[in-house]
Amino acid sequence: MTLSAPGPARNLPQYGALFAVLLANWLLFPDFFAIRLQDGRLFGSLIDVLNRGAPVALLAIGMTMVIATRGVDLSVGAVMAISGAIAATMTGAGWSLPAVLAASLAAGLLCGLWNGLLVAVLRIQPIIATLILMVAGRGIAQLVTEGQIVTFTSPALAFIGSGSFLTVPMPVVLTIVVLAVTALLVRATALGLMIEAVGINRLSSAGAGVNTPVVLVAVYVWCGLCAAVAGLIVTADIRGADANNAGLWLELDAILAVVVGGTSLLGGRFGLVLSVVGALIIQSMNTGILLSGFKPEFNLIVKAGVLLVVLLLQSPTLTLFLPRPKGARPIGTVKPPVAPTSGGAKP
Amino acid sequence: MSRKWVISAATAAAALFIGLGAVQAADKKLVVGFSQIGSESGWRAAETKTAKAEADKRGIDLKISDAQQKQENQIKAVRSFVAQGVDAIFIAPVVATGWDSVLKEAKEAKIPVVLLDRQIETKDQSLYMTAVTSDTVHEGRVAGEWLAKQTGGKCAVVELQGTVGSSPAINRKKGFDEIVAKNPGMKIVRTQSGDFTRAKGKEVMESFIKAENGGKGICAVYAHNDDMAVGAIQAIKEAGLKPGKDILVVSIDGVPDIFKAMSEGEANATVELTPNMAGPAYDALIAFKKDGKAPPKWIQTESALFTPDTAKAEYERRKDAY
Repeated sequence: MTLSAPGPARNLPQYGALFAVLLANWLLFPDFFAIRLQDGRLFGSLIDVLNRGAPVALLAIGMTMVIATRGVDLSVGAVMAISGAIAATMTGAGWSLPAVLAASLAAGLLCGLWNGLLVAVLRIQPIIATLILMVAGRGIAQLVTEGQIVTFTSPALAFIGSGSFLTVPMPVVLTIVVLAVTALLVRATALGLMIEAVGINRLSSAGAGVNTPVVLVAVYVWCGLCAAVAGLIVTADIRGADANNAGLWLELDAILAVVVGGTSLLGGRFGLVLSVVGALIIQSMNTGILLSGFKPEFNLIVKAGVLLVVLLLQSPTLTLFLPRPKGARPIGTVKPPVAPTSGGAKP
Repeated sequence: MSRKWVISAATAAAALFIGLGAVQAADKKLVVGFSQIGSESGWRAAETKTAKAEADKRGIDLKISDAQQKQENQIKAVRSFVAQGVDAIFIAPVVATGWDSVLKEAKEAKIPVVLLDRQIETKDQSLYMTAVTSDTVHEGRVAGEWLAKQTGGKCAVVELQGTVGSSPAINRKKGFDEIVAKNPGMKIVRTQSGDFTRAKGKEVMESFIKAENGGKGICAVYAHNDDMAVGAIQAIKEAGLKPGKDILVVSIDGVPDIFKAMSEGEANATVELTPNMAGPAYDALIAFKKDGKAPPKWIQTESALFTPDTAKAEYERRKDAY
């Protein structure tokens, strides 16, 4: 069996759902696909979907790899708050942009390292290990901002949130860059294979020569870095660090995006692009609800209904009853372990 | 062994010292114990700071206990205030229920209790002397009245609601809706929840602008708090419109950042939720101690409207208090 499962058939529920949600948005709001230039930046509802979806997409990229190792990272929302708090506070204190970015990313890296060590070395269950930072992290962010919204005026940092590169909003650019780098790291090397191997069976991959602690720490560190970038974006976007609310509950949106994207919580096979598609499905719904003029009381019900449909389409039990295109595998089935020989290579 | 002795001696000395302190203070000036919720927001921090400043002004000895968002900590704090024999207890209750038994203890010790900024639910109204809170329905009304006057009663409003189901969101909507109902030319064309946050306020406003013909159909945005208004201002700017001119901005709370926006001409009005809840409470308490006259059960704080002309001075005055 090949590493990247073939065909558009496997991805059909995700792309189909995205298409359906976008179509529904267009029916509710005919100007949905209208795009124009505003101050040298693309402007339109579709751009809003990409722009607002960027933080969750970034989280989902990191989260996908963690989930592929059969883990989960609940702390990403809190890491966003920490990274944002550091960025806004340091900018307010007059530090230059490179120093601010370095410090924020370093904070994300350290948070990831902490999670990784708890999971890989102390062998604490990921959901518990990352819960610690989920709770404490927001406290750390509040300590940094002293419980207030720290506003800054630096146009350099604000550029990350509301600037643009070749008319494309910066958050979208950053997400594409992170996605490309991540895909290159895991698909052009054996790293992706090792991540899947650890997720399927940690013991046998160790037996096959995979340095499992290093792989585990690496995915949590990467997840922390992705969260730090997302934190920078939301902070730059509102020109202030809101430690109480930045990234609040976004860890759940990120996990949802990964699951909607078809990666199993049981670890193993993962799809990075599909997770980003999952994030876009969620955001298309959010934007659609805002445009539709529904009462806010209905937001969560509409969202839950659509998600239920997408997840039902992926249910292994239900897909047995649906006509399945040739060559497609029901989503959620676990791949057989990879050959031991290919696991020995170091990244 | 000797270490243990030192510790117990130190504890005894400390207890004696605290006891003496309370007795001495009681002779001289009023002692008030204040059980504060915590410092979860800038407004809360400002409330604590103002309570201290107002106490100093009146020569009151204020003891503050931070409950870190937990009711059990507040109950402990009230018990310890009762044990210390303070002259009055102020509580900013974190939740509305579960206060009866501890308030009975305070009542038996004949210590008056004043509730600050939030009400409690109890069958026995005699358990507290008075409650100092703002009227959130009235705040919505003040914002609506300003907008009606400013636009001659003709305005297509988009509304950024607070968290769905929260009492300030419900009440601030209710008050504003009353004014809209009185002005046939006023209409709320879009309303959505921005969860009281800047980020959501910005996101929702972005959609409103697209949904209402690039913002051309919007005359004003009414936000249930200043933070959402600050987010909306950025969304208006990024759409190539002028906040404060093309789209009027009116909100509630009176945090420093909205005064900054007003001084830059990007917001038009805010209704203050004053952080000075303790001031009126001290005055009621002093009057009660002097001639035994009980204040009304509810002291409503003023919901003052601020506009850009005083914004710069107000920003300077507030930026350190928050």
